[in-house]
Amino acid sequence: MFKLLKRLSKKDLVLIIISFAFIFFQVWVDLKLPDYMSEITVLIQTEGSSMSDILVQGGYMMLCALGSLISAFIVGYFASFVAANFSKNIRRSIFKKVENFSMSEIKKFSTSSLITRTTNDVTQVEMLIAMGMQLMMRAPIMAIWAVSKILNKSFEWSMLTAGCVAILLFTIIVLMIIVLPRFEKVQKLIDSVNGVTRENLTGIRVIRAFNAEKYQEDRFEKVNGELTKMQLFNQRCFAILNPIMNIVMNGLTLGIYFIGAFLINGAGMVDKMTMFSNMVVFTSYGMQVIMSFLMLAMIFMIIPRVQVSAKRINAVLDEELTIKDGDFAGDTKETGTVEFKHVSFKYPDADEYLLRDISFKVKKGEVIAFIGSTGSGKSTLINLVPRFYDVTDGEILVDGVNVKDYKLDALHNKLGYVPQRAVMFTGTVSSNVSYGDNGKEDITSNKIKEAIEVAQGTEFVEKMDKTYDSHIARGGTNISGGQKQRLAIARAIARDPEIYIFDDSFSALDYKTDSILRKELKKYTKDATSMIVAQRIGTVLNADKIVVLDKGECVGIGTHKELLKKCEIYREIALSQLSKEELENA
Amino acid sequence: MPRRGPRIPEKSKDFKGSMKRLFSSLDKWRYLLIFSLILAMISAILALIAPNRLSDLTDTITDGLVPNVNEEKMTEIMNDPNISMEDKMKAGEILATINDENALEKIDSLPTSIYEEIKPEIDIDKVKEISLLLLILYSVSAVLSYVQSFSMSTISNNFAKGLRTKISTKINKLPLKYFDNHETGNVLSIVTNDVDTIAMNMNNSLASLVTAVTLFIGSVIMMFYTNWIMAITAILSSLIGFGFMGLILGKSQKYFIQRQVELGNLNGYIEEMYSGHNVVKAYNGDKRAIKEFDELNEKLYTCNRKSQFLSGLMQPIMMFVGNFGYVAVCVVGALLTMNDIISFGVIVAFMIYVRMFTNPLSQIAQAMTSLQSTAAASERVFDFVDEKEMSNQDNLTHHLDKSKVKGKIEFKNVKFGYDKDKTIIKDFSALAQPGEKIAIVGPTGAGKTTMVNLLMKFYELNKGDIFIDGVATSDLTRENVHDLFVMVLQDTWLFEGTVRDNIKFNKQDVSDEEIWEALKVVGVDHFVKTLPNGIDTVLKDDESISAGQKQLLTIARGMIADAPFLILDEATSNVDTRTEELVQKAMDKLTEGRTSFIIAHRLSTIKNADLILVMKDGNIIEQGNHDELIEKNGFYAELYNSQFQN
Repeated sequence: MFKLLKRLSKKDLVLIIISFAFIFFQVWVDLKLPDYMSEITVLIQTEGSSMSDILVQGGYMMLCALGSLISAFIVGYFASFVAANFSKNIRRSIFKKVENFSMSEIKKFSTSSLITRTTNDVTQVEMLIAMGMQLMMRAPIMAIWAVSKILNKSFEWSMLTAGCVAILLFTIIVLMIIVLPRFEKVQKLIDSVNGVTRENLTGIRVIRAFNAEKYQEDRFEKVNGELTKMQLFNQRCFAILNPIMNIVMNGLTLGIYFIGAFLINGAGMVDKMTMFSNMVVFTSYGMQVIMSFLMLAMIFMIIPRVQVSAKRINAVLDEELTIKDGDFAGDTKETGTVEFKHVSFKYPDADEYLLRDISFKVKKGEVIAFIGSTGSGKSTLINLVPRFYDVTDGEILVDGVNVKDYKLDALHNKLGYVPQRAVMFTGTVSSNVSYGDNGKEDITSNKIKEAIEVAQGTEFVEKMDKTYDSHIARGGTNISGGQKQRLAIARAIARDPEIYIFDDSFSALDYKTDSILRKELKKYTKDATSMIVAQRIGTVLNADKIVVLDKGECVGIGTHKELLKKCEIYREIALSQLSKEELENA
Repeated sequence: MPRRGPRIPEKSKDFKGSMKRLFSSLDKWRYLLIFSLILAMISAILALIAPNRLSDLTDTITDGLVPNVNEEKMTEIMNDPNISMEDKMKAGEILATINDENALEKIDSLPTSIYEEIKPEIDIDKVKEISLLLLILYSVSAVLSYVQSFSMSTISNNFAKGLRTKISTKINKLPLKYFDNHETGNVLSIVTNDVDTIAMNMNNSLASLVTAVTLFIGSVIMMFYTNWIMAITAILSSLIGFGFMGLILGKSQKYFIQRQVELGNLNGYIEEMYSGHNVVKAYNGDKRAIKEFDELNEKLYTCNRKSQFLSGLMQPIMMFVGNFGYVAVCVVGALLTMNDIISFGVIVAFMIYVRMFTNPLSQIAQAMTSLQSTAAASERVFDFVDEKEMSNQDNLTHHLDKSKVKGKIEFKNVKFGYDKDKTIIKDFSALAQPGEKIAIVGPTGAGKTTMVNLLMKFYELNKGDIFIDGVATSDLTRENVHDLFVMVLQDTWLFEGTVRDNIKFNKQDVSDEEIWEALKVVGVDHFVKTLPNGIDTVLKDDESISAGQKQLLTIARGMIADAPFLILDEATSNVDTRTEELVQKAMDKLTEGRTSFIIAHRLSTIKNADLILVMKDGNIIEQGNHDELIEKNGFYAELYNSQFQN
């Protein structure tokens, strides 16, 4: 938490210090207020006091109230300024940091966790700062000051106040010990209720097909009942807090008066009057003390939660980047070549290698395909080229230069990468296709149309209500999987890269579209090199080179015909998809 | 993802109607609700009486402050034979020099014997009596309020439970069509968020509303009852404060909503950029991403600051309103006390009344907004519960016995469309003999699952009928039709439960031997044995078992279910080649002796099928066996050939 707060700017710090002064002032006037109250009390009780005296005291009291209000305004203004500014800066730092992450860091934190860290966790810290500057700084000052004010008034009254505070704190602590762990359980049970409902919805066909409605309802009832029971227990426990708080606060006033009656009775005439006014004042001081202790208790409950958020934020900000930018600007004599030289790869913290000693070379204009069962490492391999991960051993050369020497921008400008899962951004068809920066001039609308045509998307795009300017919803939810994939491919084409990387990018297309698309692509980009990861034999059939992977090792490189003859695993894969005669005909 | 921040009050469409419906659906809990609201009221009334007693207590104490000095008392003392002459003389001297300034000191310096006579005495018995009464009042009020909260949480939680059950059973009564137009997330949010909102607000707001209203009205009455001038002072001064507060609150509402919107925008953007990180990186989109992020972040900052500031003002203003009322009450009270219209105790009482009067006002406002969102939430819940259910089946008397069905299926002039005015299957007829294999093929998105939907009677046909062994499915109950089919779909569905539960599913009396047998047939018995608890291992939605293994488990489930017809969706990409082989072997086993409908991806399946249904754009455009269709040289031939043409 402290570490995070170090990121406050100088200006913020100055504002905090000024706020601190105002809070002091506010506490001072808040505590001064009962003093004037007691003056008024004395005046009323003393016969013959003039009305003007009372008005003067009343005026002072009003001034105190107004002073308190104004300083609260000022502190509130500064607090909102500091908190909003701080959260803005932290959010920006996190976002910037994440933008520089490589895929291995993303994988380490997980995307969803990074999202919560940038949003919810920052909001948590922001709330703490805003509240902290207004209440947290105030509570201890108030508590100490108010306590010191009462201490010399009367021992009995002080003891009573202390007793009340103790009862309240005790209740809160006991409740926390009983209820807090159960709160976590409630959260888990809510997740279960959610989970079973989700299952019911996603498996609705299966459930109906098996006539298992009753079975699922019984499962739901079970978690539903558990959740209700746990909630009931928690709420019934918590319900005790309010009555106790009321009885303690009312009891404090009553107790002070009750004790006061005896004290006054025992005192001399001179003291009686002061004692009486003290008594009236004490009730409000006592209330202030109790309130500030309640506030402190609340803060102690909040801080651990925010602490967790702060830690999670710091973890992101402190994460060391594994991929370092090179300084080669990307002007090469060769174009379109990719060479793997004894490349091995494992995740930084893993023991097992995902790729072992892979070597191959593709030249300009060639198509190289990678095939193998799931977990064979073909996706991992292709992700090494844009440096989503760095090789553990060996090296990868693009256009004869080690990828690690390139400036990342320059390297990416040579590549047209299409991921396994097509990514769509909120915007239009055009903005999605022309996405990014390729180091050349902006992508024209003609180019966009051309790219979509090659990617076999013209038909569906032109059917959309605003054709190329049609809205694409967040995550591309308003178009189908195959359409997303085609736009993702068009995006790569519009970039005019030297080297295409298709990470299983044709899986959502039917055979026919798949084959036409690749044919058109070949025609359109005669000079470009393609690296294709595929599941279907049909997709790789005509590649210049096919690399067969099995458990991270290269078990065969060659053309379809060669591999059918010499590579057992390739044959196995091929035969599981096509019949013998079909393979031979191909 | 949960988003925190100040809640934006939601407007309901029909507040009165929804609240009425909510109340009437409370059923048996209604009486407990009324009971606990009455308790809340009583508890509030007790709290109202208390300040009045406290004022009595103060008066008793102040009465004991004034010394007994008057002519009569002095004569009495002077004539008292028990007091020494010396003391009387001394007293006379002291009293002679007395004036306004030094009165109290002079009295204190009186000889003890005389001082004892004239010193003021607080009526301690009365103090004790009032204190005891107050203590009882406070305690009773506390107990009542606890009983009230206790029953309130009983009501709200049980009611919520009932609602959740209602929704859960409702899911099973809705036609599948409903889920085509509604997202899973929406239904989930009704079950959790909306029901939660209703329960929570019922628990907190309803009772506090009753308490607040009682306190508010009661404090007004009590104030006027105690002293009308003071009452008017207190009310007027508080109202001025509240007018001020309302002004700010009205302004801030705008910023709260804006903040929520901006926060949503920014969060959405972050989500998008993070989940598309690989593309952002590979396309050098990071600079633009940061720029766009900055813009959104700046926008959020502005309304964040404003809403943060305004929401921070509420509490200080409340305090000021309290203080203002306090001062007004004191000044006016002082004026009245000095003119002997009221006693000091009244001021003390009013100090508490002012607080009682101002607090409920903001509570009422709060409760009203949360009741608004309750109404909005219950509208969504009730809308869901009121959705049109599947057609009634009471008049269907036919029944086909699973064990006696031979397995013939006939489609006769079937017409169907998901929307009434958009027919996608136009006049389709086909016949499948017992034990035949029917392959359904077509490009992605051609509507192959439509066939599944129709066979399983998930949707009603527009026209025509499907006959099983000559009996029209429209004459059979859905349950009966389902009973005749085994269905294994590609999107494997397993629930969080043990392997045994997942295989057995809802079928009773399945022995462990039968389960192992099924596992063995599909070839996952070894895998299941390696799991930590064998068939008692709980399957969770993580990656501990692969897609292929999941598929195999669902096939095993199909084996256990055992029925004359089979619907099968062949596995495609997600499975590695070796598992795929296993899956296919298992599927082939499953088709033995059953009339099967297979959504086919494998060429071998398609070629061996007795009947191939070729689908495109939702409709069946060709049918026949492989050779016939190739000969026809239509869409099927084109589709088939594209697989190895390049």
